[in-house]
Amino acid sequence: MKAFALFKKDWQSELRTRYAINALAMFILVTISVILFSIGQENISEYLTGGLLWVVIFFSAMSGLSRAFVSEEERGTTLTLQLIAKPSTIFSGKLLFNVLLVFIMNTAITILFFLLFESFIIRDSGTFIPSFILGNIGIAVSSTIIAAIISKASSKGTLYPVLSFPILLPLILTLLELTKFSIDGQPLDESLIELTVLFSYDMIMLTAGYMLFDFIWKD
Amino acid sequence: MSNYTLELKNLTKIFGRRLVFKDINYKFETGKVYGIAGSNGSGKSTLSKLIIGISSPTSGKVLHKFNNSTLDADYYHNHVGFVSPYLVLYDEFSAEENIDYFSKIRGVQKDSSRISSLFEEFNLTDRKTDLLKGYSSGMKQRMKFIFALQHDPELLIFDEPTSNLDSKGKEAVYNTVNRLKNNKLIIIASNEDADLKLCDNIINVEEYKS
Repeated sequence: MKAFALFKKDWQSELRTRYAINALAMFILVTISVILFSIGQENISEYLTGGLLWVVIFFSAMSGLSRAFVSEEERGTTLTLQLIAKPSTIFSGKLLFNVLLVFIMNTAITILFFLLFESFIIRDSGTFIPSFILGNIGIAVSSTIIAAIISKASSKGTLYPVLSFPILLPLILTLLELTKFSIDGQPLDESLIELTVLFSYDMIMLTAGYMLFDFIWKD
Repeated sequence: MSNYTLELKNLTKIFGRRLVFKDINYKFETGKVYGIAGSNGSGKSTLSKLIIGISSPTSGKVLHKFNNSTLDADYYHNHVGFVSPYLVLYDEFSAEENIDYFSKIRGVQKDSSRISSLFEEFNLTDRKTDLLKGYSSGMKQRMKFIFALQHDPELLIFDEPTSNLDSKGKEAVYNTVNRLKNNKLIIIASNEDADLKLCDNIINVEEYKS
């Protein structure tokens, strides 16, 4: 309940300040427009479109998800949070906020891909939907813990993608593979190994996040 | 009356090569007002941060005991009220909304009559529905006292409590300290003589530099 209250506070604050939503929306529009302009009338392969989807998702996550902690640090309200809740509550609240943001962002990106790219065809949604859900959770968990780390640094903007890339790479590679399977129409039972990798990644990052957050959160 | 004690055991803090203070041993008890004195940059705020558990000491310990049971650092926030110049509340919310969210995140039941009397005490009743971004620095400072006192904590730490306050605001703070001093453990970190006059015991951080 405490974490949910923090999530509600963050969501209400986001609706009033538009700290992350505007940045994310603009980034998504600009990136997809640039891709469309650069493709022109060319026919691109289905696999390439699937790859581009996750490229856009990765960089959009880099532009908006650090806000959960960076906004608190920039406004000077980190101390206030430290005074009202224990670290695990803060992490849970911020994680909930990022999970919601990731789902909204990635659903919007995927819908735009379906509408704007003729070559983006998912033949087996039974594989795509669970991989999309597990992938979003993985991105949200990793981004939240990395955001907490970089919020204390002076060059936040540069550090975030640099630190995120090696951590998110196994997740993105697995998601690329699963998207390829979904495009090929491979059924769910033939994608179980990759889905288990995704699930394990999410669990490892979640456990590591809760274990590390205590140390990151204190000066 | 609840009994809250705070023990500093060989508390040392070093930033890089700079020794802030060394081997502070001190015991604070409920029913008294303690002062932390020292010039600017001497480590008063650093000591306050160590006491509330948001910063870790280089060596030594801070022990919080509530009714003779040692508290885990994760739960200090339910027992501590803190006011400081570097504490910032949420500007995009009204005073009332800030207090509402803080109660919910803390997981404590909001005592409406208590909160109303705190708004009265710090003369903010008429402005409690205004967004904090419209507040003056003095009003924000008074709002920090409501934040610190809303959950009725046993330990109160006021770091430079009267900064940005006019004479009326200072009077409200002094009245609050006098009202609470018999039932709470109060620590005031300040350079102001008027603030330190409220204290029964004073610890000077500069005496722990070597």
